[in-house]
Amino acid sequence: MATSIPARGAPGSKPGRRVPKPMSPGRQAWRSRLWRFDDKASPYAYIAPFFLVFGAFGLYPLLYTGWIALHRVEMISLDRMEWVGWENFSRILQDPEFWTAVGNTFVIGVISTVPQLLVALGLAHLLNYKLRASTFWRTVILTPYATSVASAALVFALVFRADGGLLNWALDFIGLGDTNWANGHWSSKSAISVIVIWRWTGYNALIYLAAMQAVPSDLYEAASLDGASRWQQFRNVTIPALRPTILFTIVISTIGSMQLFGEPLLLEGGTIGAQGGNEHQYETLSVYLYNYGWKLGHLGPAAAVAWAMLALLLLIAAINWLVGRSVRKTSA
Amino acid sequence: MTTTSTVTAPDSRRVSKAAAPGTPPRRGRFKQGAGRQHHAGPFAYFALAVVGIGSLFPLYWTLVAASRTQDEILDTTPPFVPGGNLFNNLEAAWEQAHLGKAIWNTLVVSASITAATLFFCTLAGYAFAKMRFRGRGALMTAVVATLTIPPQLSVVPLFMMMSDIGWGGQLESVIFPTLVSAFGVFFMRQYLSEALPYELIEAGKVDGANNLRVVWSIVLPVARPAMMVLGMLTFVQAWNDFFWPYLALNQENPTLQVALGQLSASYVPDQSIVMAGALISTLPLLVVFVVFGKRIVGGIMSGAVKG
Repeated sequence: MATSIPARGAPGSKPGRRVPKPMSPGRQAWRSRLWRFDDKASPYAYIAPFFLVFGAFGLYPLLYTGWIALHRVEMISLDRMEWVGWENFSRILQDPEFWTAVGNTFVIGVISTVPQLLVALGLAHLLNYKLRASTFWRTVILTPYATSVASAALVFALVFRADGGLLNWALDFIGLGDTNWANGHWSSKSAISVIVIWRWTGYNALIYLAAMQAVPSDLYEAASLDGASRWQQFRNVTIPALRPTILFTIVISTIGSMQLFGEPLLLEGGTIGAQGGNEHQYETLSVYLYNYGWKLGHLGPAAAVAWAMLALLLLIAAINWLVGRSVRKTSA
Repeated sequence: MTTTSTVTAPDSRRVSKAAAPGTPPRRGRFKQGAGRQHHAGPFAYFALAVVGIGSLFPLYWTLVAASRTQDEILDTTPPFVPGGNLFNNLEAAWEQAHLGKAIWNTLVVSASITAATLFFCTLAGYAFAKMRFRGRGALMTAVVATLTIPPQLSVVPLFMMMSDIGWGGQLESVIFPTLVSAFGVFFMRQYLSEALPYELIEAGKVDGANNLRVVWSIVLPVARPAMMVLGMLTFVQAWNDFFWPYLALNQENPTLQVALGQLSASYVPDQSIVMAGALISTLPLLVVFVVFGKRIVGGIMSGAVKG
């Protein structure tokens, strides 16, 4: 990968330009041992903080979650843990609300990720044209990324309000009548996806744009010499070249949509938000976890939900991997 | 973040990738990238304008709602221009949501997370980019793998741990888990492996500098542009973080996002006051965006593709 660095103090290496005066042999040996130790230990010292912090606040709690899931722990008495075995797991697995949350997370994930990535791809294509004020356009579409989940969810909650909401006003104006967005099963999920799509499309478009600009121009030259239309070039040159990036954005968006929390929590706010709507119609797994652990105060089942999420994540990873493999096979 | 490795700096290793993406060396009539050879037509501008308005309108609507009364924004015909009630709403939000404390807390949290992330990620990124040690590949893979673990999986024990060591409800419980970031390590490694020539490190060592000295006087100056970008991305993220702070902090000691969440969860919240809070939480970042937008855009583009 690279040229090698001659180790300092190693036998045969030059003593350096500025050695002031000759040292006694013992001192020199000590010094070179010190240098060698510096070279050996430094890289580990530099990466240690990451692994220490991650170990303490990421990995250890992740494993500890499994242990807590087998206990009764209440919010009001955090230091009392009582062994209950698989009870927490059977409790959530028998809870219809849990399965509603699983289904909601999945549905919202799909209807927010798919349009988001498709629009991002088209947008990246537009931005890749020779464009006046290209930096301006890029910055504008990225602006939602600077907005917090909370601010975005709250302003969209206002737009999607049943009474006096901006969207219903507009629909009324063109004669389409009112919709109680948060109450419907599909309408509430759509509303949440809109928030997600709004915040992340520009970000993904920029990632695609960067990948597009890395496609060698000879490929397009050759394609246009062969008489390929613009659409054919996009279809047969751009998309294949972007495949790894597309896969990457799918993975990242999927993981992101597993975690949706602020959007559903704040769509209606208050206790209705904490249970994901009157009929849990937009309750996601994170909201379910929060509701169990922090609203009802049962941390044991909440930990069991965390493990269910891990299982789901592994399942999605496996599907991603299988799909990726079959795509690679069919194109080969 | 393990994607294509198709982008390579052409001749010089020291091109500042973070500063100027999208300006590759161009030769001949054909420029790099799909469609680059074509000028955008009116349709492209029209589509971009539609998306642009869609991107900015919710922010504008936040301003309109924050400067009106609840009755006005929920009227049968919504007001489309800002009104004169902004300061009343800000004052109300200030009292109801501990906004003053929230702003201070958010600044403390974001600044300390950004400083720590920059320090640790630059060191680790340098080690992974330019130093040779046993297990480097495996450890780097481990770093990237941590990106895929959602915070949801560890919040329950984290909450118990924090209350155990006396950080329950304290800012420490939000700051410490976020002191490092896998993305940051990855980002700095990418940048330094291209921007920092081995000759420079060698020269330093020949001059008798130890490793720390090399980091201080050679690596840090070279890394500065990337650190700027990483710093802004980290700051934005820390400022906007919602899930864990919402669980970890309480009403008396919130960050801005937590205060916002609680404001909207209060019994029959006044929407114009909530929007005033949202405006306060968004405005500083919008200013950062207007000033440094180009660099942030470049940073996201350069950080995402290479790997």
